[in-house]
Amino acid sequence: MATFNVVLGGAAGQGVNTTEEMLTKVLKQSGFHIFATKEYMSRVRGGINTTTIRISSEPLRSYSETIDILVPFTSGVINWCRERISESTVILGEENFRDEAGDDITFIPVNAEKMAKELGNKLFINTILSGLLCSLFKADKKILTKLVQTKFEDKGENLSQENSDAALEGYKEGEKICKEYNLAFDVDQDASVGETIVLNGAEAVSLGALNGGCNFVSFYPMSPATTVAVDLVNMAEEMEIIVEQFEDEIAAVNASIGAWFGGGRGFVTTSGGGFALMCEGMSLAGMAEIPLVIHLAQRPGPATGLPTRTAQGDLNLALYAGHGDFPRILFAPSNISEAYSLTTQSFDLADKYQIPVIILTDEYLVDTYYNVDRPNVSEKINHHIVEMDKKYKRYVLSESGISPRGVPGYGDGILIANGNEHDEYGDTTEEAGLTVAMQDKRMKKLDILKKETLQPRFCGNENYDVLLISWGSTFDTVKNIVERYNHKKLAMLHFSQIYPLADISAYLKRAETVIAVEQNMTGQFAELIQKELCFKIDKRILKYDGRQISEEFLEKELSEKGVL
Amino acid sequence: MAKQAKLFDSKRPKSKDISWCPGCGNFGIRNELMDVLEEMQYTPKDIAVISGIGQAGKIPHYLNANGFHTLHGRSLPIATATKAVNPSLEVIAVGGDGDMFAEGGNHLLHAIKRNPNITVIVHNNQVYGLTKGQGSPTSMTGMKTTTQPWGVYDEPMNSIAMLISQGCSFVARAFVGHKDETKEIIKNAILHKGFSYVEIFQPCVTFNKINTYMWYKNNTYFLHEHDVTDKEQAMIKAFEKDPYPLGIFYINKEKPCFDNHLPPYKTNNTPLYKRQPNFDKIREKLNYRSF
Repeated sequence: MATFNVVLGGAAGQGVNTTEEMLTKVLKQSGFHIFATKEYMSRVRGGINTTTIRISSEPLRSYSETIDILVPFTSGVINWCRERISESTVILGEENFRDEAGDDITFIPVNAEKMAKELGNKLFINTILSGLLCSLFKADKKILTKLVQTKFEDKGENLSQENSDAALEGYKEGEKICKEYNLAFDVDQDASVGETIVLNGAEAVSLGALNGGCNFVSFYPMSPATTVAVDLVNMAEEMEIIVEQFEDEIAAVNASIGAWFGGGRGFVTTSGGGFALMCEGMSLAGMAEIPLVIHLAQRPGPATGLPTRTAQGDLNLALYAGHGDFPRILFAPSNISEAYSLTTQSFDLADKYQIPVIILTDEYLVDTYYNVDRPNVSEKINHHIVEMDKKYKRYVLSESGISPRGVPGYGDGILIANGNEHDEYGDTTEEAGLTVAMQDKRMKKLDILKKETLQPRFCGNENYDVLLISWGSTFDTVKNIVERYNHKKLAMLHFSQIYPLADISAYLKRAETVIAVEQNMTGQFAELIQKELCFKIDKRILKYDGRQISEEFLEKELSEKGVL
Repeated sequence: MAKQAKLFDSKRPKSKDISWCPGCGNFGIRNELMDVLEEMQYTPKDIAVISGIGQAGKIPHYLNANGFHTLHGRSLPIATATKAVNPSLEVIAVGGDGDMFAEGGNHLLHAIKRNPNITVIVHNNQVYGLTKGQGSPTSMTGMKTTTQPWGVYDEPMNSIAMLISQGCSFVARAFVGHKDETKEIIKNAILHKGFSYVEIFQPCVTFNKINTYMWYKNNTYFLHEHDVTDKEQAMIKAFEKDPYPLGIFYINKEKPCFDNHLPPYKTNNTPLYKRQPNFDKIREKLNYRSF
């Protein structure tokens, strides 16, 4: 399988995104599998942001730091990417970046700026570069011109045509370069790409929520979770849903609780610092048995940490959020398809069991996009609610622990929800017996949840000596390495559900070495396994610099541990 | 002769044991609210009372109506959302001075701005009752409390002035001792489309020895010949405190109401629990992402 990594790097506001968008669209429409992930600074202008675009003949969703082609839009990019540059890297940049590149690197001057000026507009530079990069992969020229024309359609016929011409000039320039420097980036096209759609993690969560019947969204802006709210608010009119930016995260979580209480399907999107403020609300949902779905897009903490970078450091926060004991579900989607399907499922589970469900994504997953199979759209939402008669009691002490949930106005009865300990009607009590009975009733639901827990995915050598334990967005990268080094008797178990935890004791005992792979400082998931399964995972590969675990990082760490 | 049963009086087992102190002003507010709702011909299923924490917050347990006894200070976002998803419900948020002005101050400020079509009733007894006698944001200067043993040094919060200044669309104050007038104010508040704020002076007979029934009687008067649409005049009245004016200070019927801007109700008013998502639209959205 052929695969190449193109990295575009520039300052915020320089139009790198335009080039990225045109390039990925043309490549996808030409039948290549595409994957793009970005790393960016917490600033509106300046700095250096980079996007890594993977072009491959088969779906390849792991993260590799390798750079085959680097396109710097500003000085400093080459140095920013220095550690990722190898002797096989080709840098395509303006002549004035040559010094920064140094002598040991293949530097090919591209006079895009001059070309743009000659074509009459400095702004054509992004279109020229898009055309140039498209030509390297022999992408379809007609698709390129059509896409560029459509993109600039609303800017007038002239500008649209001029941009299209500029793209073609870029394409020609690329062909010239390939010939002159004897470059070839041969990637086979795959007809099945046409059937796929392109989603980023945030869109997958948003659309998954809509598919789960989400009709009320409450949030307070916080990177990297805001994208989900923005996606949803842009669909609000058409989907006939309510999306409201509240005054703080405390209000946001309580509003969603209020929405569920009133019969809606509330959804909260936040990041670690915001979620910290929602702990009290979590507890209320737990006690009052009100469903709740929270998307928690992780970024490095503590406190403000690194606002635009990635981490898996909020597992403990999500696991223990809220005072007192109550059941909950924690999902951590492994990829974009799961970000959609698990978000959909979260709404049904929250409703059915009247518990909080937390979907842990991270900056990497939210901001990454690639082409995926069209996800399933549901046929119907099951509202797990009952029509109340005059004898209705909200918190009936039932065998399963699930007390049928009413909604105000539905039927002739009324309901009392309560954050204080309560009797079956929902009225406050301090009776010892009832206090225990109610807590037991609520916690009984955990027994059912345990039975329904998603099993982790096993990949790699069936006769493994070394077993990697991973969770969330690292799935494809770990899988890639495990498959590459299958002969080293390597395997992995990957979790998309963090809690309740599946019992994997048998897998663990069969391994000579178990290694936890996580993006936090302490190995929070390994600690959970020890707590739940009494199995101590001593060896840990932990990354907590705000950057996603890559194939290269994992190879290096496994080599150092003597596994590879 | 046995008293005629009130429609909104709860018959649930725990409702009989009301935990307010004998003589507490909360009893009066509860009675007035029950009477108003019945007189307005509501039935219990039409009403949702969302309360915070404190003695006032216990009120859902003593009413025959939908209720949610939530967290300290958080009743307003919850009430806002409940109304938003279930628009035919009449949503009443209830809390005390600690609930609304201290713990929930930010929510109150933003509820005014958002202007959801709900009514909020603040039981203001100028002291913390449930936690036993600490000063509240509205405790009077000099009042000695459990936690301000030398006396409260600062000035009480002027909620009425704050609400008017921020353009709250309905601002009123009552004293629980005036039964008919209080009922009339609550009725108007419920009828008002937008965020209706009713502060009710009520004595805490156990912990507040200053602001007694007699004190409120002697230190309040009813606004008369007051133009409720005149914001400046309302603001002047809001600063009066010797005696405190009662009645409706300010009404703004023009203020945009949160509920009028909600996408689900552009075409019909069906509550959300009776709806299904538009799956065809989701399919369309997914198709759009074919790049």
